[in-house]
Amino acid sequence: MPLLSVNNLEVVFPLRTGLVTAIKDVSFDLEQGERIGIVGESGAGKSVSAFAILNLISKPGYLAAGSILFNGRDLASLGEEEMRQIRGNEISMIFQDPMMTLNPVLTIGTQMEETILAHKNMSRQEARKISVAKLKAVQIPSTETRLTQYPHELSGGMRQRVVIAIALLSDPAIIIADEPTTALDVTIQAEILELLLNLCNDFDVGLILITHDLGVVSEVTQRILVMYAGRIIEQGPTHQVIARPMHPYTQGLLGALPEKTRPGQRLNQIPGVMPTLQEIPAGCPFHNRCNQIQAVCKVDLPILGGTGSRAVACHFPLNR
Amino acid sequence: MFAFLVRRLGQAVIVMLVISILSFSIQDELGDPLRELVGQSVSEAVRNELREEMGLNDPFLVQYWRFLRNAVQGDLGTSYFFKRPALEVIMDKLPATIDLVVAATFWILAFSIPVGVFAAIRPNHLFSKLAMGFSIVGISVPVFLTAIFLIYLFAVELGWLPSYGRGDTLIMFGDWETSLMTIDGLTHLLLPSISLASVILPLFVRIIRSEMMEVLESEYVKFAWAKGLKKRRIWMLHAFKNTLLPVITVGGVQLGIMVSYTILTETVFQWPGMGFMFLEAINRVDTPLIVAYLIVVGLIFVITNTVVDIIYGLVNPTVKLTGQQ
Ligand SMILES: Nc1ncnc2c1ncn2[C@@H]1O[C@H](COP(=O)(O)OP(=O)(O)O)[C@@H](O)[C@H]1O
Ligand code: SF4
Ligand SMILES: [Mg+2]
Repeated sequence: MPLLSVNNLEVVFPLRTGLVTAIKDVSFDLEQGERIGIVGESGAGKSVSAFAILNLISKPGYLAAGSILFNGRDLASLGEEEMRQIRGNEISMIFQDPMMTLNPVLTIGTQMEETILAHKNMSRQEARKISVAKLKAVQIPSTETRLTQYPHELSGGMRQRVVIAIALLSDPAIIIADEPTTALDVTIQAEILELLLNLCNDFDVGLILITHDLGVVSEVTQRILVMYAGRIIEQGPTHQVIARPMHPYTQGLLGALPEKTRPGQRLNQIPGVMPTLQEIPAGCPFHNRCNQIQAVCKVDLPILGGTGSRAVACHFPLNR
Repeated sequence: MFAFLVRRLGQAVIVMLVISILSFSIQDELGDPLRELVGQSVSEAVRNELREEMGLNDPFLVQYWRFLRNAVQGDLGTSYFFKRPALEVIMDKLPATIDLVVAATFWILAFSIPVGVFAAIRPNHLFSKLAMGFSIVGISVPVFLTAIFLIYLFAVELGWLPSYGRGDTLIMFGDWETSLMTIDGLTHLLLPSISLASVILPLFVRIIRSEMMEVLESEYVKFAWAKGLKKRRIWMLHAFKNTLLPVITVGGVQLGIMVSYTILTETVFQWPGMGFMFLEAINRVDTPLIVAYLIVVGLIFVITNTVVDIIYGLVNPTVKLTGQQ
């Protein structure tokens, strides 16, 4: 039995203009200590999927269908207090922008200790000791003084290290990292990514890494899910998907990577933009941007399916 | 902290100078002080002599300089009507006004915080919607109308509460007279203080609610949820402490403005404070008293703002009161 098994998640937002479905039929498993990546353009539904796992969908959205089996328990049916005990304790999150994630009026120490004390019955001193240890684990120098500092006294990279340390405080089984390097300086992105990778290895933590950058995913994860317009459209072992993408969209994403492009050549951007939730076309949601399109694509929605470890949602997959 | 206070003091001096120039220059617009002093019957020659004697014929700057020199020594002139130093008259009236402002501030803080916070956390709750509706009404109804309505209902119709005066007072700290320490004083204080709070309280409710709703949408509050904190801690510490910052800024100014509302409230309730005194001074064209009042109120403003700034600095770690980087 996998550590986490997400089945047929569907999240809807009742907006003034009507009910919109942000994600639908999102299913995937995560084994103990496994690292998976969720890729896709902005608005594909990656963050909504992540927040749905922790029952933290922002209002007015809600989970309309699906189950989230974690250690055999369905998180979707847990009460508020039971769910609180999971958050930040067994499943932690890392957010995108470290400038916004930490509370500006509370010290680093307060924000770390409270996380431990929310889940464990121990003294402030003990919580402080753990905080110091985790700050050391994320390679923050002079840890003791950090605890008394406020977020604005730290650089962006340092703050993201603090956020990672907070995520590690209760030795979680899973960390969900939602674009953890996107907001950072290019020079420190690789540093933070490597740190995250090493920590997950050292502490045997499962990682769900959300990003719009296939390059990031290929360095860190063992498996990837590609999302488009609220659905998973391709999944499989990272190196296989990158070497032989089956969905035209995945191939398009790979073609748009700078390293796949010879100097002087234009980036192979996929034409057009991802439809907004209100204007997802009938049939294959990707059909108005696809270069493999055939008549059936405009009518029939392709279902995610496949053989072995790979799956794709396309009537005419590539590289079979 | 020291550097901060020095800088603040410098600003305060400048503000007070501006206020003093403004209040001093309106003197001329208020009519001839001699007429108030000696009446109509004195001949023009005698008047001119008196004028010369009092320095009223000197150039403006000379007069202002004399005024300033005296003011710094605590001499704001002598009230025509009371025939006593203007500052002394004001100091006699100040405690009553402070009582009123303290009581009103108490109402404002005691009600606006819980109501505003609740309305932010549960915006769709019936209570929140009612509170928001009432707050609009409260903001739009002028203080004197509220006061008259309260007097009509509780003093005239029901006869539960007194409608004018301070009631029993107690002398504290030597010569500070307060209504806050006697039951009778507090019953007298009830209606005036509620009237005074009636505009600013709903304003505070709305500010707190809207600021807190914004904070609740912030990334750091989402992160606090993701950390598995209890909701009380998220609301009361993470969200509320950040809500306080803008509320202190706006609220501090409002509390200062409340001093000007005391003129109306004290007049309606015949509350013997300096607002009531000010209105009488205007009727009597008691120029020195008017000028002294403006300067004292200006001083209160400056002090309130400084205190608000200090509190703001204590809540917000990105402001360094020490003045160092
Ligand atoms: N609070 C919200 N209200 C309405 N719609 C939302 C909200 N949050 C997300 N959505 C919708 O859900 C879709 C997926 O968003 P998201 O998961 O944040 O995308 P991303 O893949 O960039 O993380 C978006 O198209 C957005 O319109
Ligand atoms: S189903 Fe058709 S339109 Fe959709 S990706 Fe495959 S080929 Fe393209
Ligand atoms: Mg996102």
